Amino acid sequence: MDFFSNLALGFATASSIENLFFCLIGVLLGTLIGVLPGIGATATIAMLLPITFQLEPVSSLIMLSGIYYGAQYGGSTTAILINMPGESSSAVTAIDGYQMARKGRAGAALSIAALGSFFAGTVATFLVAIFAPPLTAIALQFGAAEYFSLMVVGLVSSIALAHGSIIKALAMVSLGLLLGLVGTDIYTGTPRFTLGIREYSDGLNFVAVAVGVFGIAEILRNLESEKTRSLLMAKVSGLLPTKDDFRQMIAPVLRGTVIGSALGILPGGGAILASFASYTVEKRMSKNPEEFGHGAIAGVAGPESANNAGAQTSFIPLLTLGIPANPVMALMIGAMIIQGIVPGPNVATEQPALFWGIIASMWIGNLMLVVLNLPLIGLWVKLLTIPYYVLFPIIMAFCSIGVYSVNSNVYDLFAVAFFGFIGYVLVKLRCEPAPLLLGFVLGPLLEENLRRAMILARGDPSTFLTRPISATLLLIAAAVLLVVLLPSVRKKREAVFQEED
Amino acid sequence: MKTLNAIIGATALAAASLMSVAAGAQTYPDRTITMVVPFAAGGPTDTVARLVAEAMSKDLGQQVIIENVGGAGGTLGAGRVANAEADGYTVLLHHIGMATSATLYRKLPYDTLNAFEYVGLVTEVPMTIVARKDLEPTDLQGLIEYAKANKDTVTVANAGIGAASHLCGMLFMSALETPLVTVPYKGTGPAMTDLLGGQVDIMCDQTTNTTKQIQGGTIKAYAVTSPERLDVLKDVPTAAEGGLSDFQVGIWHGIYAPKGTPAEAVSRLSESLKLALVDPNVAARFAELGTEPSPETDATPEALKAKLEGEIARWKPVIEAAGEYAD
Repeated sequence: MDFFSNLALGFATASSIENLFFCLIGVLLGTLIGVLPGIGATATIAMLLPITFQLEPVSSLIMLSGIYYGAQYGGSTTAILINMPGESSSAVTAIDGYQMARKGRAGAALSIAALGSFFAGTVATFLVAIFAPPLTAIALQFGAAEYFSLMVVGLVSSIALAHGSIIKALAMVSLGLLLGLVGTDIYTGTPRFTLGIREYSDGLNFVAVAVGVFGIAEILRNLESEKTRSLLMAKVSGLLPTKDDFRQMIAPVLRGTVIGSALGILPGGGAILASFASYTVEKRMSKNPEEFGHGAIAGVAGPESANNAGAQTSFIPLLTLGIPANPVMALMIGAMIIQGIVPGPNVATEQPALFWGIIASMWIGNLMLVVLNLPLIGLWVKLLTIPYYVLFPIIMAFCSIGVYSVNSNVYDLFAVAFFGFIGYVLVKLRCEPAPLLLGFVLGPLLEENLRRAMILARGDPSTFLTRPISATLLLIAAAVLLVVLLPSVRKKREAVFQEED
Repeated sequence: MKTLNAIIGATALAAASLMSVAAGAQTYPDRTITMVVPFAAGGPTDTVARLVAEAMSKDLGQQVIIENVGGAGGTLGAGRVANAEADGYTVLLHHIGMATSATLYRKLPYDTLNAFEYVGLVTEVPMTIVARKDLEPTDLQGLIEYAKANKDTVTVANAGIGAASHLCGMLFMSALETPLVTVPYKGTGPAMTDLLGGQVDIMCDQTTNTTKQIQGGTIKAYAVTSPERLDVLKDVPTAAEGGLSDFQVGIWHGIYAPKGTPAEAVSRLSESLKLALVDPNVAARFAELGTEPSPETDATPEALKAKLEGEIARWKPVIEAAGEYAD
């Protein structure tokens, strides 16, 4: 069969000593830089891009892919250890991962993240290898109307499942949506809410907002008193997950893998939803939803798997169409062009060794990540024993460098400071930052696709119902609302984003 | 005596300053040069810059590193360079947007024509008029008639205000004297995805983005906007062949330095750019993107200055007629 000979070719390419070496270097560099607070995959790749130019095209892309996975894993590490997410995906990991760390279970949280990611990565790699072309065809069915309906599902399920502080959760989502409006309106070119500052004309930087409301706010809170600070240095018990942990993580990992793989295929922002969606689902499925926000294992295992599966399948549009699904993919295309390979729809037939080599290296890279990181966990956890008065200035310095390096924009640093303060106020008001981030990420997508769908339909709103995929998604959204409103179910409602009360 | 001393002093001073000028000219560049690209890493302009920077580094004996300062249609990066120290160690590689933003933005933090020294032109990337692969018309003439007949339903995608595809789309509609339905996207990627999926009808974009898709048969090409047909797309007629005689548009790229940069440094950079443009690696990579390096004669301050002035004058009425501003 073609598939097996292709895969054999891929593994033959990827497992040459040279390529294995570059894969290892990539994963290692990615982890080391990604683990610096506030630095996610995009910033890491942008920084390390030039060093790949001297290599063979296949080696350089394998190394870049390695950097990507490594950086993503590194981002989760800082999210768990110090509540400092470097990407939208790890913002969700921070919720329960950081709580586990505060309870002295940082090692277990890191192991769970690594193992869950590896499993999800393995499954998603095979999905990419076997089903890339048909999945692409499905992704192309998604137009503006479909993306709008998908975002509605995302918003509805997060709001509808919240209870207790539902007003606060709603307020946070709305605030996030409003913050998402900052920047130039792409349809008219009008700057909105930029206060006349040109540096904000492309919107607020996600990393700046996330680092502010999560990380800086947490530092401020920790500095309040000696007591909270010592929590970080609490006795670290057992680096590896226990048998019970393993039992608890199996189902979330499986569900996360499915959710992440499905959403990652959509180039118009599906992957962003993956970890949020998985978190919502896990909380809904859990027998002990009250654990969520206090270090629930499923709250780390599910989103981390979803996130990694989505990262893997988001290669599909790049590999089958030559179109980048996110800034990281755009960087990889730039790298390919500089190497003399212009990616397009025929890259699989024109460059089979490259195409299958990258797919095989995805799996090898994920394997290396696990092998590399399980021993490193001890080291990362030791970082927490550094006295806080030494640790927090270092964290602040690195996250400033990380945020600045994305766009060399000093206004992003002002945003970090501002949102750090806002985040601290929110902590004091017992409002959670996660719904705010979800609104912030979904808001622009929701608006952009709504307006584009209306333009394409010449102002006819029935387009959302006459297009079958869009109609189905809206039906799902309606069903979620209905289920929540039914009295028998209401009792079981739980606070999806309520991190602590 | 006094005068003699003064003369000696003045001569010594003059000699010293002459020597330092000479020394400065000889030693420039003695450290890393930063080339600001006012767009995100990985995009077509970034790619052009990295290829040229690598070739220039070889000649200058110093690393030319790329710094991506994206945002606000390239005006943030241009503004950064306009205010940078004019010592020859900060330069800007910008495309046609340098000329169009002078009109698209009614308030700019720099005066486009007076804030920069010119180093030279780098390349002019041709555009292609493309459509979803199942659009009915078979040639440009057919497309024009089809668009005029269905002006309320034919959709034209672009990558956002000020993008190459936006400019070309505006020019296309003004050539047809027919406004079509404009559908803006955030960047070329999503716009191309929707074109592949048949969600939108037409787009006019750089060969950098369209060549592989055209060759792969996933989209339909009606015309190239260059004066001659392109080697990589031999079957695609020029716009002039297709009946739009004046429709020539290319995304030209130039290198600039802050106003006041020493003339020696500027001419050294121009020399280096000339060598980079005949570098076989640069030419080969450019060819794969469907473009070619500017002729050596255009890698001069005069050529770039003339181009910028001409293009500002050319686009001003088009943008004003469309009434679409970016601020």
